[in-house]
Amino acid sequence: MSDSGNVISVRSLKKSYGSTQAVAGIDLTIAAGEIFALLGPNGAGKTTTVEILEGFRVRDSGEVSVLDTDPAVKGEAGRIWRNRIGIVLQSTSDAGDLSVQDTVAHFAKYYANPRNVEEVVKAVGLTEKSNDLIRTLSGGQRRRLDVALGIIGSPELLFLDEPTTGFDPEARRAFWALIKTLRDSGTTIVLTTHYLDEAEALADRVAVINHGLIVEVSTPALLGGRATSLATVSWLGSDGPQSERTDNPTTLIRKLTESYQGEIPELTVKRASLEDIYLEMIGGADASK
Amino acid sequence: MHQNKVPSALTIGIARGGLEIKQFMRQRESVVFTLAFPIMLLGIFGSVFTNELTAGVTFSQYFVAGMIASGLVNTGFQQLAIMIPVERDFGTLKRLRGTPMPASSYFIGKAIVVFVTMTIQVFLLLIAGVLFFGVNLPTDPAKWLTFTWLILLGSAASTSLGIAFSVIPKSGRSASAVVSPVVIILQFFSGVFFVFTDLPAWMQQVAAIFPLKWMTQGMRSVFLPDSFAAREVAGSWETGRTFIIILAWFIAGLIISIRTFKWDQQK
Repeated sequence: MSDSGNVISVRSLKKSYGSTQAVAGIDLTIAAGEIFALLGPNGAGKTTTVEILEGFRVRDSGEVSVLDTDPAVKGEAGRIWRNRIGIVLQSTSDAGDLSVQDTVAHFAKYYANPRNVEEVVKAVGLTEKSNDLIRTLSGGQRRRLDVALGIIGSPELLFLDEPTTGFDPEARRAFWALIKTLRDSGTTIVLTTHYLDEAEALADRVAVINHGLIVEVSTPALLGGRATSLATVSWLGSDGPQSERTDNPTTLIRKLTESYQGEIPELTVKRASLEDIYLEMIGGADASK
Repeated sequence: MHQNKVPSALTIGIARGGLEIKQFMRQRESVVFTLAFPIMLLGIFGSVFTNELTAGVTFSQYFVAGMIASGLVNTGFQQLAIMIPVERDFGTLKRLRGTPMPASSYFIGKAIVVFVTMTIQVFLLLIAGVLFFGVNLPTDPAKWLTFTWLILLGSAASTSLGIAFSVIPKSGRSASAVVSPVVIILQFFSGVFFVFTDLPAWMQQVAAIFPLKWMTQGMRSVFLPDSFAAREVAGSWETGRTFIIILAWFIAGLIISIRTFKWDQQK
């Protein structure tokens, strides 16, 4: 870990494919022990950025440091660096003929300080499936195996690329609990996701990327001025449903309480959701992708 | 902070070899096909060509040498050049790339599975040859020594060339269509299915560039009587040249593999 306490620091990162500029000058710092979420529509430069951090792609220019190492590092130094990180890719569909136990135990052999195989299998909730072949697992179970392989080497830094795609709601909550446990044990986590509720539930900070640039970095609660955005107060008036956007919802409700002399029919007070803010930031139509 | 002692490339490579063998053995259809196909071919050709090439040398005897050499190309080059693009499509390779496992361990693992499959295949082929097709095994220990280095060096060359060739198919789906014709043409040119010296001269010359011709000739030096060497193109077994040419192909394949190996389909 560096003196500044940053696990990742990126300055003026750029990457083009032919004439398309995928990443157009990104600055980013991620501190030790945080869960950091990257949000952005497809083609925004999110995947390229993460793949440069993971060492899968080479940047055109800019400075990148991941665990005090340039991810473009090769050879033995590259192996020592990879020993300290864990990567859960978007989708893998391999090795269907091996059991969960065999696969996790095999990957453990790649690392200097692997976690205990049984404990990892248990942590991802696959103990009962331990001796089953991978090809018999459901999509969600396979995804949890992917995570098991990502954490078996006891990484200081874990990359999770859209980890809960295809999960049912219950499995997602169990998965979130697992990720929080990892954070609490000191692992820094970089998460990319399409689910805004996932970012909100997990992330200490989020960055929104669009057109190869960072639009904003903030906590989920404060992103896009969300905490201070106008509140929408809705109720059922005598002429049908009413709603009003206001800076002072409490004052409005006090007034309404007086005029209705008690309960206000169908009262709701709503602040912008993270999703509303996000869609606004990336410019509406782009976001539906 | 744990920066100490990442397991060595060889340790991981041996572990990968074990894993690859386990995976291979669990694909039953492919195991049966890989191991039984050479025996079936021996049966077919042995039944079609019942003549003797010279006194005491049956076509089966000639053909068994070609089948073993072909086995080297099939279990190594063909299998790998088809399987690696599939592993690339599945994301298996990319996932491995994100771990401390070096490319050399992956190559070692492949070499191990090729060598083990090859050994089992030859063993079964020779048993079937002796029991059903009147194939005679050599008794001279020197011939078995040649046999041993041919299998070892041949597997290694076939492995390195299979890995090298695996960058050519654009996808796992097209791999078989790209790789299989190369192998089949080489087999015809190299004197696997026909007596090599009966082939047109230009075909012999093309074949002489590639390793299969030399593997086949090397195996003939093991399984045919020395008197038969007079019927070879050079009038001898050319054992030394065989060794050097296969070794050169092994090294070339290795260099290309190290330089060009692709972990994922994107550039």
